[in-house]
Amino acid sequence: MNNKRFCSAILVSVVAPSLLFAGTISGKVTYTGTPAKQKAIDMSKEPSCAKQHETPQLTETVVPGSNNTLENVVVYISAGAPDENGASAKPVLFTQQGCHYAPHVLAFQVGQELDVANKDQTSHNIHPLPKLNREWNKSQPPGSPDIKEKYDQAEFISVKCNIHPWMHGWFAVLKTSHYAVTGDGGTFTLPNLPPGKYTVTAWQEDYGTKTAEVTITGNETKTADFSFVAKPY
Amino acid sequence: MAKLFAVTLLIIAIVSAVPIIRNTWHPVEDISAHGQAIDDQMSETMWEAGISFLVSQIFLAWLIFRFSGSRPGEKTKTFPGGAKGLVAAAIILVGVEVFALGAFGVKAWGNIYFTQPGPDALPIQVQAGQFAFYFRYPGPDGKLGPIHADKISEGNQNFFGLDPANDVESRDDIVTAEMAIPVNKEVRLLMHAKDVSHSFYVPALRIHQDFVPGLDLQLHFTATKVGRYEIVCSQLCGLGHYNMKAYLSVLSQPDYDEWLKKEAALQ
Repeated sequence: MNNKRFCSAILVSVVAPSLLFAGTISGKVTYTGTPAKQKAIDMSKEPSCAKQHETPQLTETVVPGSNNTLENVVVYISAGAPDENGASAKPVLFTQQGCHYAPHVLAFQVGQELDVANKDQTSHNIHPLPKLNREWNKSQPPGSPDIKEKYDQAEFISVKCNIHPWMHGWFAVLKTSHYAVTGDGGTFTLPNLPPGKYTVTAWQEDYGTKTAEVTITGNETKTADFSFVAKPY
Repeated sequence: MAKLFAVTLLIIAIVSAVPIIRNTWHPVEDISAHGQAIDDQMSETMWEAGISFLVSQIFLAWLIFRFSGSRPGEKTKTFPGGAKGLVAAAIILVGVEVFALGAFGVKAWGNIYFTQPGPDALPIQVQAGQFAFYFRYPGPDGKLGPIHADKISEGNQNFFGLDPANDVESRDDIVTAEMAIPVNKEVRLLMHAKDVSHSFYVPALRIHQDFVPGLDLQLHFTATKVGRYEIVCSQLCGLGHYNMKAYLSVLSQPDYDEWLKKEAALQ
């Protein structure tokens, strides 16, 4: 066997099982009960931002989607998969536009580069409030270059603007690349999972976490649905 | 040379008095029931201080003009040692002036800050925090629900730390980022700071009061003219101080009722 063929054989034996037996976990996040009303945000003190919203921006602590589904829920493999570092992953972008954080919940990996952009004509001062990681807060006047940061520890970090008190978001720093954030419809998909027993966790900023145990045995799609109890206030 | 200096001093004094005498810089139009007393006091202070300034500058210029240069055989009186009468007269003159301004001024000030609002005054709570003002109006029950500092959640627009799940009084409270008041109606402002010192300054209302962390302060006033005015923070309170402002809308009673109804629907 020459070297080339040997290498190909090694590659196939390593890659093939993960392709052939790549399982998927998918599901939907819903709520029962009545969630708190999303409140309109008055940005009149910052006219350059207020004029960017035809209708007032709403609070996003709980964002109900169609058919009792929940948006902005982070669903991720919390146990069963090896820890990963996202240093080589593509940077993620957190944008301040219209005095609003987009996305409201940004999930990324430990070690992965985080870029923070200010697209507004006003200064922002982004201030994430970690408990395990190093805390920083940075002022970003209009036209400033993106702020580049990364986190060493996995945790959910509340993010606020020190200048505009209504601005709020979250960083979900995870030690896995298997994660998803639900959009309208509340659905999620976690693909490319090798066979194994996994704990899947769904995190919602106000309602907390729910977990499910899922076993992937081969090339299959398993369903894990999560349901939170909504709070009226 | 000294004579040139004396003339220059005289010119500077007169030129600097011109814009004040011509009333070049007007204060913004007063829209409050009490503002006239403040304006009168300010005007009185400006006149008294202005005349004293001019007289003292002219007197100084005359002294320099008259006594400059060397005068052989004449002894110059200096203080301490000589010129005691002149110095004592100056101290008494300035002291009386300062006391007089204080004695008359405190009346205008005390009428606003040391009197109680009427029983029908409209209560509005204002909270200053880095770097925005928020206002709270009682709902139909007429009561403001209690504040729980641990419940403050700005991202969820719970700026006052209300707990409507447990406090019935909080459920109908109306929280706004703009302040609206009915015209010709006395307002009782309940003020507190969430973090550091701030200030509630509405030049048009002739109202200027600091927020002091830990203190609940009260202020009352009546606005007499419909319009939209600026509320600014005038205590350096941090990075975003330059941007800390809100708007005050003085509305007719029907417009105010409509505004409050609209804000209540947004809660």
